[in-house]
Amino acid sequence: MSDSLWKDAWHRLLKNKLAVFGGSFLIFELIICLLTPWIAPYGFETQNLELTLAKPSLSHWFGTDSLGRDLFTRILYGGRISMTVGILASLVSVIVGVIYGAVSGFVGGKTDNLLMRIVDILYALPFIFLVIILMVYFGRNILLLFLALGLTQWLTMARIVRGQVISLKHKEFVEAAKSLGVTTRTIILKHLIPNALGPVIVYLTLTVPSVILEEAFLSFLGLGVQAPMASWGTLISSGVEVMEIAPGVLFFPALMLSLTLFSLNFLGDGLRDALDPKGARD
Amino acid sequence: MGLSYILRRLLVMIPVFFLVVTAVFFMIRFAPGGPFSSEKKVPPQVLKNLEAKYHMDEPLVQQYFRYLGDLSRFDLGPSFKHSNRTVNEIIAEALPVSMELGLIALCWALLIGITAGGLAALKPNTLYDYIPMSLSIMGICLPTFVIGPLLVLVFGLWLGWLPVAGWNSWQDRLLPSLTLGFAYAAYISRLTRGGFMEIRHQDFIRTARAKGLTETQILTKHALRGGILPVVSYLGPALAGIITGALVTETIFNIPGLGRFFIESALNRDYTMVMGTSLLYFSLIFLCNFLVDIIYVVLDPRVRYE
Amino acid sequence: MAILEIKNLVAHFHTRKGIVKAVNGISYSIESGQTLGIVGESGSGKSVSQLSYLRLLPSPPLRIPNGEVFFRGNNLLTMSEDQLRTIRGHKISIIFQEPMTSLNPYLTIGSQLVEPLIIHLGLDKKTAWKEACEALDRVGIPEVEKAMKVYPHEFSGGMRQRVMIAMALTTKPEILIADEPTTALDVTVQAQILELLKKIQKETGMAILLITHDLGVIASMADKVVVMYAGRVFEEGPVETLFERSAHPYTKALLKSTPRLDLTQQKIPVIGGTIPDLTQIGEGCPFYDRCSYRKDICKSIFPQNRNVTQSHQTFCHVEEL
Repeated sequence: MSDSLWKDAWHRLLKNKLAVFGGSFLIFELIICLLTPWIAPYGFETQNLELTLAKPSLSHWFGTDSLGRDLFTRILYGGRISMTVGILASLVSVIVGVIYGAVSGFVGGKTDNLLMRIVDILYALPFIFLVIILMVYFGRNILLLFLALGLTQWLTMARIVRGQVISLKHKEFVEAAKSLGVTTRTIILKHLIPNALGPVIVYLTLTVPSVILEEAFLSFLGLGVQAPMASWGTLISSGVEVMEIAPGVLFFPALMLSLTLFSLNFLGDGLRDALDPKGARD
Repeated sequence: MGLSYILRRLLVMIPVFFLVVTAVFFMIRFAPGGPFSSEKKVPPQVLKNLEAKYHMDEPLVQQYFRYLGDLSRFDLGPSFKHSNRTVNEIIAEALPVSMELGLIALCWALLIGITAGGLAALKPNTLYDYIPMSLSIMGICLPTFVIGPLLVLVFGLWLGWLPVAGWNSWQDRLLPSLTLGFAYAAYISRLTRGGFMEIRHQDFIRTARAKGLTETQILTKHALRGGILPVVSYLGPALAGIITGALVTETIFNIPGLGRFFIESALNRDYTMVMGTSLLYFSLIFLCNFLVDIIYVVLDPRVRYE
Repeated sequence: MAILEIKNLVAHFHTRKGIVKAVNGISYSIESGQTLGIVGESGSGKSVSQLSYLRLLPSPPLRIPNGEVFFRGNNLLTMSEDQLRTIRGHKISIIFQEPMTSLNPYLTIGSQLVEPLIIHLGLDKKTAWKEACEALDRVGIPEVEKAMKVYPHEFSGGMRQRVMIAMALTTKPEILIADEPTTALDVTVQAQILELLKKIQKETGMAILLITHDLGVIASMADKVVVMYAGRVFEEGPVETLFERSAHPYTKALLKSTPRLDLTQQKIPVIGGTIPDLTQIGEGCPFYDRCSYRKDICKSIFPQNRNVTQSHQTFCHVEEL
């Protein structure tokens, strides 16, 4: 029964050209990122002080930066960092959000009310400040970074999960299944989770670009990943410094970041439309 | 009436605010390398200022109330790094700059956003719709630190129309405020379009038409109040976003605003400065959200009876 | 003299799934002081037709390839927007089915009531306010001054419909189009609203175009009845004639399938089948598939009107039922 739900959604998704483009691009990117240590033409740190700020050429596809480092290589490695932080932080946000939301929705009543009002208030605060504060206090540990970034995104996930739990608690088919003698375990596994999973997947896909964006934001300001590591944000920041004389150093990392963000957003929108076609259309 | 709704919001806001304030107190006190910690890595003059200010030999509870008292007088303490300046002084210099930048950006966002969104709603599925909406996707997906440099490249360096740094003439204000406001113009245009498109299909619009009102009368009297609500709700998050975005914008354009000082203090581990500024920002956001709630209640009578 | 005359109106919706032929050539007329009941199932085109007289349907999807709607001799479909606006809400008023959503939730009742008075009768705010109060009073709303300052969601469905009626009648229109005015209300409130309409009609002599699917409402309110199906008029005549001596298979079937309190029925007869797909309407009679009297000719040609008596017309190939 729930299989056809996924099949229908899959077909709808495939029809959405933007989402397909986004998804394919992301898969391509992920593969490249995994294979980076083997396909990168140069070392991450390899400097060539004779060839600084070079234009793109056959030996340096994207040119070089102010220290003669191959930009293509740096973008590949930067991508690894950005994507890793993005995915891990999103997982953190999902875990926290799911637990908070599920508890709130399941318990219901005044506790639910209180927990959700807290979410409402917290929604207004720019969590990025908290991340910065944490970075200031505890140093720029990459582990801490993605934990903190994950904590900036859990609010929406909590709301969604809570909504799902509440609507599923009262769904007729749960009552019907119970009355037919289906065990609670089966209900949870075969009915509740597949139904709740949909929106969670959609928002997971939409959380990743937000986190990548925040990480890039922090790195751009110098508050993110520490040297010698460099994410796309760091690269863009260096690019801004030399953009007058070598716009490529800004352009290529910015392009990669933008394409990734676009793809993730298109994919996420596509998933949302595919899993809930009744949703309000523009 | 709407009073109970507002009071209920306050009831949750105030404890959260106090929680934040208390957290800040503890964070300042426990700053690693700070005067309260065991390894005092602070320059001696600063240490003297801090000890004078915070009476660190007193019991914790007394320090806390002293702290609250300071806050109520808007006194945010001495800087950790600059021995001769207080947080307040720095804020007093830099805040007006940031406020100006933020306000102009917000004006751009509202002006461009509402106009574009309104036009798109009036003529859906035409070029007036497609072009602004496609541009808005860019505004939503592309980060400020990509848009900023791009605008600088195009309008500042290649076309040479606008200055790229500094904060002196009115031309200096253009690029930074546009950069900062662009993303929010994008969101607002979508919300305006969505809000108006939703409204125009409502039955009561049909009733208004059946009563013989002109399209303009329908738009201004009947559709406006409801259609603009999503934008009003968005103003809270928009403000938070503008504050965050200003951090980047002030860095790119070299503007002497509070955001830039904040980044500097973060990099320098100037704890009081960081916490003080954050507290200021948070208070501002709380206040604005509260105001937005009030405006919302005024515009939508149905909310008053929740 | 007919105050409103509809001639061969055709109205189609051009959608991505095809052309929905909602109205396919209807003609009838209504006189001053008369109540004309338009009865039909959902999808019969009864609402679409009314909304198209005043051009209240969005005109990309809607196209009117043919037809004329004469109000006192002037064709509503061809007059300018400005001219039409002087008639809307002034000479011809319309009340809608859903009182819950037909009033603007963001404005007070009072501010919505005074609009037609200010726009059409040129009254100043104070006089308009007074008139509006009187209108509310006439429809039976208590504490009128307070009511004017209230928001629609504070009223019940029945009260809101009364407000809609008041709003429609402030300008003393010559025709009131009432589109299923009582469908969304409960039975007791229904009766009150209908009584109210009858009373006002007696006082003002306005014509009422009453659209409904409820035969009971027709029986108690209408003078003349038009029966619609799938965008066509099937039968037209005085109300008693239609109830007692119907000359169309559809009307007969409709009457038979109405549950009766005075008979003990084991089974309520239904009309087998469903209404046809409005994108696939052809030139023949749309009731062909469900009609127990059908003939071959019915499939290909829609019947011309046939006068059963001077005031009673039917559109059917079958002469004797």
